[in-house]
Amino acid sequence: MTVLHSAPKITSNEGVLDALTKALGKSVISGEEKHGEIILTVARDSIVDVLRALRDDHAYQQMMEIAGVDYPDRAERFEVVYMLLSLTKNHRIMVKLSTDEATAVPSITDLWPNAGWLEREVFDMYGVKFAGNPDLRRILTDYGFEGHPFRKDFPMTGYTELRYSEDEKRVVYEPVKLAQDMRTFDFLSPWEGAEYVLPGDEKADEETNGKGGDK
Amino acid sequence: MSHGIQIEESPTTDGDVITNYTINFGPQHPAAHGVLRMIMELDGEVIERVDPHVGLLHRGTEKLIEHKTYLQALPYFDRLDYCSPLCQEHSYVLAIEKLLNIEVPERAQYLRVMFAELTRICNHMLNIGAHVMDVGAMTPNLWVFELREDCLNFFERASGARMHSAWFRPGGVHQDVPEKLLVDMGNWIDNRLPELFGDAMSLVIDNRIFKQRNVDIAVVSRDDAIAWGFSGPMIRAAGIPWDLRKSQPYDVYDRMEFDIPVGTNSDCYDRFMVRVKEVYESAKIIKQCLAEIPEGPIASQDGKVSPPKRGEMKQSMESLIHHFKLYTEGFHVPEGEVYVATESPKGEFGVYLVSDGSNKPYRCKIRPTAFSHLQAMDMMSKGHMLPDATAILGAIDVVFGECDR
Repeated sequence: MTVLHSAPKITSNEGVLDALTKALGKSVISGEEKHGEIILTVARDSIVDVLRALRDDHAYQQMMEIAGVDYPDRAERFEVVYMLLSLTKNHRIMVKLSTDEATAVPSITDLWPNAGWLEREVFDMYGVKFAGNPDLRRILTDYGFEGHPFRKDFPMTGYTELRYSEDEKRVVYEPVKLAQDMRTFDFLSPWEGAEYVLPGDEKADEETNGKGGDK
Repeated sequence: MSHGIQIEESPTTDGDVITNYTINFGPQHPAAHGVLRMIMELDGEVIERVDPHVGLLHRGTEKLIEHKTYLQALPYFDRLDYCSPLCQEHSYVLAIEKLLNIEVPERAQYLRVMFAELTRICNHMLNIGAHVMDVGAMTPNLWVFELREDCLNFFERASGARMHSAWFRPGGVHQDVPEKLLVDMGNWIDNRLPELFGDAMSLVIDNRIFKQRNVDIAVVSRDDAIAWGFSGPMIRAAGIPWDLRKSQPYDVYDRMEFDIPVGTNSDCYDRFMVRVKEVYESAKIIKQCLAEIPEGPIASQDGKVSPPKRGEMKQSMESLIHHFKLYTEGFHVPEGEVYVATESPKGEFGVYLVSDGSNKPYRCKIRPTAFSHLQAMDMMSKGHMLPDATAILGAIDVVFGECDR
């Protein structure tokens, strides 16, 4: 595929995926190269060893970002993605693993000190636990917040809202009350791939199933 | 002593043990650059430990983006780092373009680079002004704000909005700039900017008090800067010539000639000076863009991504349909995931975009520049005096819209 876009150009990916998969051995579950990005999926328990090897042997000196992603349909619903940057090779790769609510991911705070806050953020937003992080507190949400807001099953409006109460002279927390219905527009074309029943369409099934079409 | 000078003795506690005490810095503090709360453990006036509490400006931007189409999500990026809005948009539009693999016309690439650099100047004006004011100088801030005002006027003339421009669009920019704007920008770069900025900087860069407050404050070694994930002026001040515009060029940065200023001592003064030099380098880039910018379209010719012109819509049914579809359903982005990072004025600003093939991002993780830098606050300020904390914060260049998202 020819590259038409003008996004940042890094050193060529050629051969990198094969070399890394070979070097990391069986800890790599799969590796792919798509849209010009190299993504290695690794076994959860070997993440520390993999990242240490990438840092020390393959010159990926900086760990720029840890992102959590939620795929509720999967058995292990969360993905944790590590973005690595090599200053000397001028190259980027992504390393990812999957986990669920209960299983903890080994922390990489021993490898990169800035992983501390990034892991805290993934924990705060998704509830992924990191074993070995010395300070796994919430980071972005309110003191005393409950739940993990970036999970796909957490409503966008949240559950509580707060306001200053003149009577009590303090900030009070109350259940969310919306003055109007939440406006979620779905503009997906019903002719191409929208997977929902249009209002009224369910009656058609009822009629055919129930009455057997005796009209 | 023959002249009657008495040597003062240090005060003692007469054997009493003084324990460390803890203070709250912020969340409402003029030098906190926004809503930062820091729990500081002090031994007298010396900082023993800092625990920054961020998230007071958390608005759930990433969650909101998941509920918007790709185009509707764009204005959120202006509101992240509200001091350099266009540079945040840059990462986002490049991430979409990378997934779509569409070509951006040359004129649009030049316009983007030009305005990204103007944004850099605008951002550095604010940071330089705020930094010198944090350590006690008043006048330079007022002067560089004049320049910032000029930048905002340019943004307004290009996009209609002073700050939240929403001007970079997937496939190009929203609308073309008037010829007069380019002329005025050229004059501004040649005359007003060097004159006023030079005057303002002549007041501080060799100022004794300014140096006392900044030199040798928060020295970070090269290895630490790399390990803590520093980027932008923070890593360059540590002597590492790392600039994404140079090493991983996007748009037409590979055609630009500019230098990367680096520091030697990796202290707050170096970070400040790197920014001062970057202003002149940005000016150089803008001048090159003005000289080289070609005529031509300013947005992708792909009707499925960029909207048609108003005039075409009056004539062509297809344009009208494209317009309707783009502003209701939006465009679909092929399945996949990319991480695109650009050199924002504060450092590496990255967007990790996961698409499931629909018209809305499945996940959009934003890498804020401030997260790594602020996290190192404890490491950087240990052993320094309480007033140095403001200088360190000023040199980090932190904006909470972006840090907390």
